Amino acid sequence: MTDISKDAMMPPRSFLSQDAIQMFYRLLAALLICAVLAVLSDSFLSLGNILNVLRQASLTFFIASGLTLVVLTAGLDLSVGANVALSACIAGTVIHKTGSPALGILTGLACGGIVGLLNGVMVTALRIPSFIATYGMLWVLNGLTYWYMAGETLHGFPAGFRQIGSGYLFGLPIPVYLLLVFLGIGTLFAQRTIWGQEIYAIGANPVAARLSGIPVARRLLLVYAVSGTMAGLASIIFLSRLNSAEADIGESLTLPAIAAVLIGGTSLFGGVGTVFGTFIGALILTLVLNGMNLLSVSANWQPLVTGIIVILAVWLDMKTRRRAQ
Amino acid sequence: MREAAVVSQPNPLQRIPGVAIVLVLLIALFSAIAPGFLSVANLSNVLVQSTILTMLALPMTLIIMTEGLDLSMGAVLTLTSLCVAIVSLATHSMLLGLGAGLLVGAAFGIANGWLVAILGIPPFVATLGTLGMAQGLSLIVSDGQSVVGIPHSVRDIYSSTLLGIPVPIVMALVTYAAFHGLLYHTRFGTYIFALGGNREALRYAGLSPNKLLIAVYALGGAMAGIAGLLMTARMNSGHPTAGLGLEFDAIAAVAVGGTSFERGNGWLLGTLLGVIAVGVLRNGLNLISMPSSVQVASVGILVIVALFLDGLRSRA
Repeated sequence: MTDISKDAMMPPRSFLSQDAIQMFYRLLAALLICAVLAVLSDSFLSLGNILNVLRQASLTFFIASGLTLVVLTAGLDLSVGANVALSACIAGTVIHKTGSPALGILTGLACGGIVGLLNGVMVTALRIPSFIATYGMLWVLNGLTYWYMAGETLHGFPAGFRQIGSGYLFGLPIPVYLLLVFLGIGTLFAQRTIWGQEIYAIGANPVAARLSGIPVARRLLLVYAVSGTMAGLASIIFLSRLNSAEADIGESLTLPAIAAVLIGGTSLFGGVGTVFGTFIGALILTLVLNGMNLLSVSANWQPLVTGIIVILAVWLDMKTRRRAQ
Repeated sequence: MREAAVVSQPNPLQRIPGVAIVLVLLIALFSAIAPGFLSVANLSNVLVQSTILTMLALPMTLIIMTEGLDLSMGAVLTLTSLCVAIVSLATHSMLLGLGAGLLVGAAFGIANGWLVAILGIPPFVATLGTLGMAQGLSLIVSDGQSVVGIPHSVRDIYSSTLLGIPVPIVMALVTYAAFHGLLYHTRFGTYIFALGGNREALRYAGLSPNKLLIAVYALGGAMAGIAGLLMTARMNSGHPTAGLGLEFDAIAAVAVGGTSFERGNGWLLGTLLGVIAVGVLRNGLNLISMPSSVQVASVGILVIVALFLDGLRSRA
């Protein structure tokens, strides 16, 4: 199976593919940020902080990895943050009511997945542009969550459940293992399965994809459902990490997730990008925010910096692609 | 150019029913179930409260007509409202406050237009980025606190009347008249139709689509500045999260009002009716003591239904 989309977008491959060079630059940027922070702050290189960065990056990555698939199809899912909040609140309630973490986890994943599926239905069956459909969904979910919680906070979950988000295994936080697992699954799915390749093809040229017999609507449904389910997974990690759930926990999650996808080199115009890139993107963003934190910059600056990073990332991506063509 | 002119004709017979039916249904529904809805005091309250949204929804219509979108409007409104509060507090001058709000709003509008037109970044992502920036700046300039103690000259704008009509309504009507004149009776208006319908034609006519696009977004930012004055006057303070999400009500009003997201086709009167429909929906739900969360969800559903119907119509 050759990679149609990339052959169409990229010049013939030389010793190293264009993609590999781009990824190398991103790794270099991440290392550079680390070096600067190590000089500026004494506590950056402490084991505690590095584990903290990894754990934080894994939270962004869970949301961003599903979003990557959506962006690969030239779509966007603006509802992921609100989806995390609703799923976390519902899963938290289930755990409180039944005392069973397993049931809570299943409910959280199902809630996220159903929301994603609804997004997919709006995009495919109702043919509403994805950014507007998921933006509408964002406000519907926000409203539902605030109504459902009515200003309450859920807290206090079983110790076993809290291990998922805050526990350690062989010295590494458990979310980091989950990150590695989902990085592997995501990469294999996108790069090595026919469905994954079909998703690239849909993003590169939806008309050609349909004419070559790819069931475009079904693949899009799958992609939005996966994005929703990953938001559901992130909600579980959040719940067990914070040991509490409130209606407003999702509000600051969407922009960083989109930033991670875009920094990672996934093109907004579809067909180009990797799940691994998104991992690097999540890492770079987390390093920047962590650095600001260590240098005692007020958290009020975070939305400003994230907004600038989103715009810079898109602009750089468009510039390099224009030059490549 | 001829093609653009044909596309640009609003078709009232096809359009009026949609938004008018929504409005009549909502009014009928709340007259039946919400006590006090039909009182003069409440209805004038709905209109006064709709004025801020009018200031956002009118320029949003023009932006959507260019196949664009401005997600940053609510956050920019929040920032301009804070600027009005801070500057008027420091200088005791309402006009200087308004000037600051206009300046900051227009600067964000120009930035949006520049990102979309010159850099070619898709509008929803460019304005999502500036949304974050405006939100961040709001938190930074206010340090996360409310700005209180603003002069009476600002507060009075919202509560005083002119010839018996509340000043905010006068401002909204003047704004509507200005937008109507601009869109339907000036060349600039014709160019806006062409920006969405036939951008190539503009280029062949020797015009710069990029400059026009920047002007449209700048107008949106400046209007957010004027709305910021009303917002500060209404709350008698500046608050760092006051206007967040208002862009969604604006988009809802435009969508319900029958402006298409895909064909560069806009209808200003429809947007005005859409604004009132959103206002009636929120007010009615409020009267039957539904929490604001339910109002937000209802507006979301309203948008999705309106877009679905729009999609059906465009395929028909």
